[in-house]
Amino acid sequence: MIVGLENWTLARPELFLAAATALLLIYGVVRGEIATPFVSAATSVALLVTAALLFLPYREGTAFSSLFIVDRLTATMKALVLVGSALAILMSRAYFEQARAWRFEYPLVVALATLGMMLMISANDLMALYVGLELQSLALYVIAAFQRDSVRSTEAGIKYFVLGSVASCMLLFGSSLIYGFCGGTAFVQISGALADGRATEIGVIIGLVFVVAGLAFKVSAVPFHMWTPDVYEGAPTPVTALFAVAPKIAAMSLLVSVLMGPFKPLFAQWQQIIVVASVFSMALGAFAALRQQNIKRLMAYSSIGNVGYVLLGVASGSEKGIQAVVFYLAIYMVMTLGVFATILMMKRRNIMVEQVSDLAGLARSQPMMALGMLIFMFSLAGIPPLAGFWGKLYIFMAAVEAKLFVPAVLGVLASVVASYYYLRIVKVMYFDEPPGEAIDRPAFGVNRAVALVAAFLIAVFSLAPQPLSLIAEAAAKGLFP
Amino acid sequence: MILQALAFYVFAAITVASAAMVVVSRNPVYSVLFLILAFFNAAALFLLIGAEFIAMILVIVYVGAVAVLFLFVVMMLDINLTELREGFLEYFPVGALIGAVLFAELLLGVGIIGSGSTTVAGLNAHGAQVMAIDNTRAIGRVLYTQYFYLFQVAGLVLLVAMIGAIVLTLRSRPGVRRQKAGEQIYRSKEQAITVVKVPTGGGV
Repeated sequence: MIVGLENWTLARPELFLAAATALLLIYGVVRGEIATPFVSAATSVALLVTAALLFLPYREGTAFSSLFIVDRLTATMKALVLVGSALAILMSRAYFEQARAWRFEYPLVVALATLGMMLMISANDLMALYVGLELQSLALYVIAAFQRDSVRSTEAGIKYFVLGSVASCMLLFGSSLIYGFCGGTAFVQISGALADGRATEIGVIIGLVFVVAGLAFKVSAVPFHMWTPDVYEGAPTPVTALFAVAPKIAAMSLLVSVLMGPFKPLFAQWQQIIVVASVFSMALGAFAALRQQNIKRLMAYSSIGNVGYVLLGVASGSEKGIQAVVFYLAIYMVMTLGVFATILMMKRRNIMVEQVSDLAGLARSQPMMALGMLIFMFSLAGIPPLAGFWGKLYIFMAAVEAKLFVPAVLGVLASVVASYYYLRIVKVMYFDEPPGEAIDRPAFGVNRAVALVAAFLIAVFSLAPQPLSLIAEAAAKGLFP
Repeated sequence: MILQALAFYVFAAITVASAAMVVVSRNPVYSVLFLILAFFNAAALFLLIGAEFIAMILVIVYVGAVAVLFLFVVMMLDINLTELREGFLEYFPVGALIGAVLFAELLLGVGIIGSGSTTVAGLNAHGAQVMAIDNTRAIGRVLYTQYFYLFQVAGLVLLVAMIGAIVLTLRSRPGVRRQKAGEQIYRSKEQAITVVKVPTGGGV
């Protein structure tokens, strides 16, 4: 049954990515450092080809003895993750070249992390979930510490590694309890056992809490967010861009498929946990970012806040809610990549700067860069009619429909508070006096192109959110057949 | 049966004694060696209950890798034992408490105290089936068929670990003289020897 062709056709994108990574690794090892530009470009292309393979042709079903599942939701999420990783690799070249840390292993480790994300998105069994998650996490620990001559990067790597291991332990402990009380690790077995009356066992609920805690760490939801600001600040900026996008989307997709799949019968139990995590994430994302001076740290808190909104969509537990989650994540990815592409262009006398105050007077020296940042910030703040507003609107509508009135109101209030620090950046760019020397004129390159395309996409989504919303609807249908 | 019971008590006694010696021993190298002895005896205990796969894994992984790693660490680092033992009395009550709790849990789990009321689903149903064949064979049957996917992904995880270890630690140091076997073997007489005419009484 293992030689069955359906295994290979369903997992075709993953197999392609694994094979491409292995070949490029061998090429890189044989050629040495000269191979870096080629390996980097080829890895990005391989990631994009993998994304295309997801839909050409699109097939769904389960493979490898039901350990692996493909449906509309997983395919859409994988496509987002792949595009995010490919762009993150392209965006990293200039930074690493300047830091003299441009090595061919970097794109390959990112590709392996992406492979891990794809596997965890497609997990249909607790064991498959764990191996996918570990593949992803281990690769991410390595790239967090990639700039090994920098103390902050090494510190970020160590912190991420230690705390990530604790999260993995919690996840494993929860999984073992669930395995013990449900008699199986496959999602089908778990939902079957829960429907058969195992749902009242206290052991199952404790297991569920631990699994959710482990996953909440990976999406950096409060109260498991502590690592986020330090790791985002310490890691090299292109790595932070990757962290803010791909692993978040993958872990969120995993959380959705675990909660809406095997644990559907325990909806009442997990809804409370997710609502609390959501409300606190939104609040912390809003208040803690107010006093941040470092823009990477600020984006870390912003990402915690955004995770709160997404969790609110998950907590509604409806088809509308999942649709809103997919929609929000897609827009969040575009906005975040745009912001980080702009941050990567922030140089003064060819040295990277990352303080908010460094942006002062940007509107006069680099009006286009300031305009791009303005669009991203307004969109992140959720000011109508920009794309970020539609994302939040869908989330709140789904929450209200699920009768989560109080969390929805708190979410709106949090987004009002959060708009303060997004608008502060706009104020600094447009109204503050430059502190002397202005930011360098950004060089032509990938970052400029990414920022431009991201700003353009936000404009498109703002005027016509319908097509994206239809894609999100189709994806959400994957969970509600 | 008597022979088995006798073997059990011998192995169990050595395990407990060597575990105690790990803590009590004054020389850290002896501690590690006692740890290895404890691992071997635990492996023998696993063999007695018919879990030969776990027994072999215990020997290969714990003795072969973990304990040897400990031994390296102990011998590489200059550990001052008196310093390590300084806080012993201070931490003893907490340690004893945790030990007592763990021991009570163990007794509860085995069912000596109270009655095991929690049922674990599916355990009894699978039990009889698994005992029919030896467990290495049972693991082998599913590892490369049903769990083939997990096995392959575990391989990828190890690949990432290997790349990561190399990327984060390997650096090229310019000033190091390495052995270059090829160059050394193919060195010709002209490259290696210079003939110098030394004038009488002049020195080199």
